[in-house]
Amino acid sequence: MIWRHLGRLIRPLIRWGSLVALTVFGLAACSLVEIEDAPLTTFEPAGPFAERIDAVFWQVFWIAVVIFVVVEGGILLIVLLFRDREGRKDPRQIHGNNKLEITWTIIPALILTVIAVPTIQGVFDLTECGDNAMPVEIIGHQWWFEYRYPDHGIESASVLAMPIDREVCAYMTSADVLHNYWVPHLMGKRYLVPGQETTLRLQADEPAEYWGHCAEFCGLSHSLMRARVISMTQTDFDAWVADQQQYAVPPATESPAEAGLKVFQEQGCTQCHTVDYGPDYQGTNLVADEFFNGPNLTHFASRSVFAGAILPREGQSWSDGLREWLANPPKVKPGSFMPNLDLTHQEIEDLIAWLDTLK
Amino acid sequence: MTATAERRPATTIFRRPRSTTGFWGWVTTADHKKIGIMYGYAAFIFFLVGGLEALLLRIQLSSADNTFLTAAEYNAAFTMHGTTMVFLFIMPISAAFINYLLPLMIGARDVAFPRMNALSWWIFLFAGIFLYSVLVFSDPAAPAGVEGVSGNLDPADNTVLGGMPDGGWFGYQPNAGPFYSPGTAMDYWALGVQFLGLASLISSVNFIVTIFNMRALGMRLLRMPVFVWMSLVVALLLLFSLPIIAIALFMVTFDRQFGSLFFVAEAGGDPILWQHLFWLFGHPEVYILILPAMGIVSEVLPVFSKKPLFGYAAVVFAGAAIAFLGFGVWAHHMFASGISPVAQAAFGLSTMTIAVPTGVKIFNWMGTMWGGRLKFTTPMLFAIGFVAMFVIGGLSGVTHAVVPSDWQQTDTYYIVAHFHYVLFGGSVFGLFAGLYYWFPKMTGRLLNEKLGKLNFWTMFTGFNLTFAPMHWLGLQGMVRRTAYYPPEAGFDFWNLVATVGAFIIAAGVLIFMFNWWRSKKHGEPSGIDPWDARTVEWTTPNPTPEYNFGVAPTVTSLDDFWHKKYAEDSEGRPVRRPEAEETLTNLMETGINPPHPIHLPAPSYYPILLAAGIPLVGWGIIYHTSFVGKLLILVGVLVVASASFGWSMEPLEEPHDEHGDSEPSGDGYSSLEDDA
Repeated sequence: MIWRHLGRLIRPLIRWGSLVALTVFGLAACSLVEIEDAPLTTFEPAGPFAERIDAVFWQVFWIAVVIFVVVEGGILLIVLLFRDREGRKDPRQIHGNNKLEITWTIIPALILTVIAVPTIQGVFDLTECGDNAMPVEIIGHQWWFEYRYPDHGIESASVLAMPIDREVCAYMTSADVLHNYWVPHLMGKRYLVPGQETTLRLQADEPAEYWGHCAEFCGLSHSLMRARVISMTQTDFDAWVADQQQYAVPPATESPAEAGLKVFQEQGCTQCHTVDYGPDYQGTNLVADEFFNGPNLTHFASRSVFAGAILPREGQSWSDGLREWLANPPKVKPGSFMPNLDLTHQEIEDLIAWLDTLK
Repeated sequence: MTATAERRPATTIFRRPRSTTGFWGWVTTADHKKIGIMYGYAAFIFFLVGGLEALLLRIQLSSADNTFLTAAEYNAAFTMHGTTMVFLFIMPISAAFINYLLPLMIGARDVAFPRMNALSWWIFLFAGIFLYSVLVFSDPAAPAGVEGVSGNLDPADNTVLGGMPDGGWFGYQPNAGPFYSPGTAMDYWALGVQFLGLASLISSVNFIVTIFNMRALGMRLLRMPVFVWMSLVVALLLLFSLPIIAIALFMVTFDRQFGSLFFVAEAGGDPILWQHLFWLFGHPEVYILILPAMGIVSEVLPVFSKKPLFGYAAVVFAGAAIAFLGFGVWAHHMFASGISPVAQAAFGLSTMTIAVPTGVKIFNWMGTMWGGRLKFTTPMLFAIGFVAMFVIGGLSGVTHAVVPSDWQQTDTYYIVAHFHYVLFGGSVFGLFAGLYYWFPKMTGRLLNEKLGKLNFWTMFTGFNLTFAPMHWLGLQGMVRRTAYYPPEAGFDFWNLVATVGAFIIAAGVLIFMFNWWRSKKHGEPSGIDPWDARTVEWTTPNPTPEYNFGVAPTVTSLDDFWHKKYAEDSEGRPVRRPEAEETLTNLMETGINPPHPIHLPAPSYYPILLAAGIPLVGWGIIYHTSFVGKLLILVGVLVVASASFGWSMEPLEEPHDEHGDSEPSGDGYSSLEDDA
């Protein structure tokens, strides 16, 4: 007897328990908005464009929350109220109600009209670059981003440097397949399309380092095509530009670095990689073949990350990152166009010594 | 009719198939119910395959920088998971429902073109096998006709699983094209999907003709069950959207096999063109996947609320409106692609308008339940689960229409969460409601209710654990289609939760399979009307007799069967008619012992034969530079041609068939004489 009563009590508990658990779980998720530190989060806009998007998102989010509560609450209420109980009469056979139909057609339409306003304003305000924007060209490669600064004559890779409080207009294209440039703190996404030019507006408020990621599936190592953006004050940026405009400094004779340069030349690395020692350099010029295309290494050691911004890993030293990469690139990045060159330990150490001179 | 009844000289080489049971009975059948059952089982097997692929993905993502799968295996697994679930599970299982139920619900004895129906089933099955034959035949070398460029792969990363198609179910160009996806895998994908589309296209024509021509006497269009309406809408969507993807896939095959350069930018081709074509098909496809489930829910909710569907006409027209608008929103999949701001604004607005008819449906379902006498049977639980989960998917869908917001969310897990709420919480829950609801139609027994409820709550919990955290992961910046994420990205915890959820879903599916297997033999016998149902398909005994109805039904109203059982009192409450039990007994009687002999479509060898030629042509195209390839094309074409010829020569009647022409005309069957 008592078990039956208990069962009657427990059954709805189990039934609604799962629902309650889910709700608690959802709330727990929401409460983590502030706590968790995610470098790619869309919730910490750090520039005017991302802030604008964030504002639109929250407007729509709260409207959606209200609708969610009303509709799901309504379903829950109906389920609780009209559960078949003993003594419940058969329901009246209602086939519909035209006034209600009109109401629940018009009200959602009105809500959507409200949402449409910031949507359309946002599209038109955020798409076209401003007149005084600094141009940067971004070229997507499998699997790294190349950056060119047409105003300064600089070529770089993996890390985009930009001044704060100044709009950067990215003119983007791809050397192979579709890519998608995304730095969530600064702006939404935009494709890089082979044979076409797309533009993206970027702007940062504070000096900081931001994470980015290629967001369009671009083949085998799409998950390892990441990006970094470093925003700096105008003064720092000018200094950076001045540094990057220098030619590389040839290594001292008889140094490990010189041995590394020799390995670089003998292994045919110059097919893909350029290192610009300038017109006065006496040795063989290191200019990549037009067809092949690897990152320009002239200022390689000035970048905080390399290999599509995946190395060095968290807690890994720069040299260890390079050791891992040079030992077998396709293992680190499957499908990498840099092959495994079967370098000896000594060759790798020499190469690292040489690469460190490319400040 | 007299002409066909005459004796004809034997024009066929083979003896015509006679068996209606056993192996050959299934192979040669033209019976819509058998075809529906075969569709259902095959789709469910593919559901398990796609589910296993999903589990592989979830294991890989359960921790940062996991090495459970290689990058190639991961890409192959998500490509085949998407392709399988869309083309080999939800579409065919919807086809299973439509096949089995459509003729029954409109009071017909079969579809308009029974042999064509068999043809589309066999093409579907062979196309599915063809697609997965890539596991056996995959070849990493460049396809014929072009030189591929491939990067370097660690030899240890070259695995069988990684040899499956890996360009995504969306096959974005040029990544899935000849240069960046060398090897034959994406050719299997392009041709496999092409053949699956052919199967659906044939079905769609069949269903449209059936609905317009074979309804029972008195079943006007606005007396059709909503499921039939949604089948009609889906068939029209298929008819208009499949040719688009067919052309696009032909272009891909030509690019890959014969060196045409439709999508190659360097040659003036346009990679974005593929996206327009793909989504012009792909967005209507979304509604192709959801509308049958919406139809099922619209049947289940009224029965277990003991009320008619609230706003029948509104629900029907909302479904049609969704389908119509669905052709004008495709570019919302491409807001990041660099299309002009005007286009972005326009497609944002058109996408928002779709929310209106969708809302109308949801409110009408709630209106149906309001004031009802709700019985929480398993089909009802799944149907309510559908409504509740679909609301979430719909709301996140509206946020995609908010273009600036979508620039942040597109290509992240937020999207993955959204469409799983629509396709799993929506379509799959709806389809499960249908499986529980109509299981007695097929077997004469009920699925076990206790196991059913366990099944529902496991799947419901697992589903939310898996996909709710994905909203959060996406907003935290987790990009789609990535096999690895670094530990410092902060994605570990919720990915682990999602993985646990996925295994709970798997447990739910296992419970369902056990329930099915057990109830088929030992389930409680259902009788003719186990649910106190409203629609015509329940006026014939369970399991459904081969001829569907002993006497062709006539219909005088919407929910005709209900009104035969119930009158209304002065308050508008249903009162069971005194003669209701007698009506049921009579239906049972005439269903089991039809008063007149009934003529059924004859079985035929030709559908399976014709369908068998098609994958031969597919293999031939992929290997067309070799002798074997050319031979395969030739053999395949000959098989198709000779089967078509034999088909067209096949007499409608058995030469020895002595059936009388006593059938009254206008019974929904006579148009079978115009058999395709």
